[in-house]
Amino acid sequence: MNKVLRWTWSLVLWEILCGLGITLSYFFRPKATINYPFEKNPTSARFRGEHALRRYPNGEERCIACKLCEAVCPAQAITIEAEPREDGSRRTTRYDIDMVKCIYCGLCEEACPVDAIVEGPNFEYATETREELLYDKQKLLDNGDRWEPELARRLELDAPYR
Amino acid sequence: MSLFWDTNLGILILTVLKTLALVVPLLIGVAYLTFFERKVMGAIQLRKGPNVVGPFGLWQPFADALKMLMKETIIPTGADKILFVLAPMITFGLAIIAWAVIPVNNGWGIANINVGILYLFAISSLGVYGVIVAGWASNSKYAFLGALRSAAQMVSYEVSMGFVIVTVLILAGSLNLNAIVLAQKHFWFAVPLFPLFVIFFISGLAETNRAPFDLAEGESEIVAGFFVEYSAMSFALFFLGEYANMIMISGMTTVLFLGGWLSPLPFLPSGVFWFLLKVLICLFVFVWVRATLPRYRYDQLMALGWKVFLPISLVYLVAVAGVMEYAGWLPNA
Repeated sequence: MNKVLRWTWSLVLWEILCGLGITLSYFFRPKATINYPFEKNPTSARFRGEHALRRYPNGEERCIACKLCEAVCPAQAITIEAEPREDGSRRTTRYDIDMVKCIYCGLCEEACPVDAIVEGPNFEYATETREELLYDKQKLLDNGDRWEPELARRLELDAPYR
Repeated sequence: MSLFWDTNLGILILTVLKTLALVVPLLIGVAYLTFFERKVMGAIQLRKGPNVVGPFGLWQPFADALKMLMKETIIPTGADKILFVLAPMITFGLAIIAWAVIPVNNGWGIANINVGILYLFAISSLGVYGVIVAGWASNSKYAFLGALRSAAQMVSYEVSMGFVIVTVLILAGSLNLNAIVLAQKHFWFAVPLFPLFVIFFISGLAETNRAPFDLAEGESEIVAGFFVEYSAMSFALFFLGEYANMIMISGMTTVLFLGGWLSPLPFLPSGVFWFLLKVLICLFVFVWVRATLPRYRYDQLMALGWKVFLPISLVYLVAVAGVMEYAGWLPNA
């Protein structure tokens, strides 16, 4: 009896009709699409995007060339060279991040004692050549200048949890 | 003036004009069917579908066509060059040729021949040649497998489709498509023949190699089946041929079961509008089914064709013929 019943249901395409009903109900639901270049997903304050080197409000670089980030970087993407400046303060002469090697783990940001190196909210920095992704100190400082308001806001939002 | 249109030249010009009037909208329809499918599938999957090129993405088919035209047509070294080039033309050509007899409105068919349905059936059966030739000429194992599958599939489903059509013929009493539509003045054949209507539509899915019967393509198992080796415009011809076939099967379904251009409501005028609307609904179901069902396994496909559709259509044919004969309802009897 059970077999006959099952046979009848399959003959009237019951399961298939159920499936069609489900897809039709989806047809009328609002779309989940985010119209990407024109609208974007919200990102968390902890989103780890493109790197930036920050400055103090008076324009002085924050980085003190302690090389903690270089040491902690698991991908060894960071290269730092440093020597004392004329005024005796210790500053980097070279701060390179190989963005091709970087795995965006955020350890550099966590290791930094002065919040100099941070990972910003920007994720749209695709380039046409590989060389453009080998960031030097100037590029990172420019990033910092460009994103500073956003970076400061993010650090402030995340501060209670640090 | 009327004398000129009765000369051979006049008839020729008239036929060419009629053909153009049918084929040009048809080709535009085919191009937009690809767009329609992407939009509908997108909506079902909660996506938007193409919406960047032009308003609502309406220029997308032209952008695709332009891209296809600019690409290189690659002919594999091991391929049989003549057949390789010929195959997409066969597929696409046959898909278009079939439209010669489909009446979009009362008497609007280009060729109102009195065995129209046989012609349609023959052309849709020939469609498999494009696929087989492509699979053979490509000299590739995936293409060959795809072609074999497609051939077996089409042969299997052709049989039950034939019986369904014969049943329709018994009800209509004519092989002429125009007459078949007119015979549905009082009720659509989909009403008394509903199971056969479903069988015909499902066989149509198999006939056009559409999901869930797209084993001949089977992207996930044999890459793209019979057209793996094709690129650029020759690929586009296969692609468009598939969609043209979809429209053709929808047109056939409309003419045979859904009363063609006849209005479903007695107080509304009949016309080409109804034909288009019914074809569009059929096409929507085509896409809807594709977005819903996973692909059949090959033995399931064969079992469905031979063990389910064939007996049902055969029994239904005998039953319909018996009832018609007994009740004396046979037309032209």
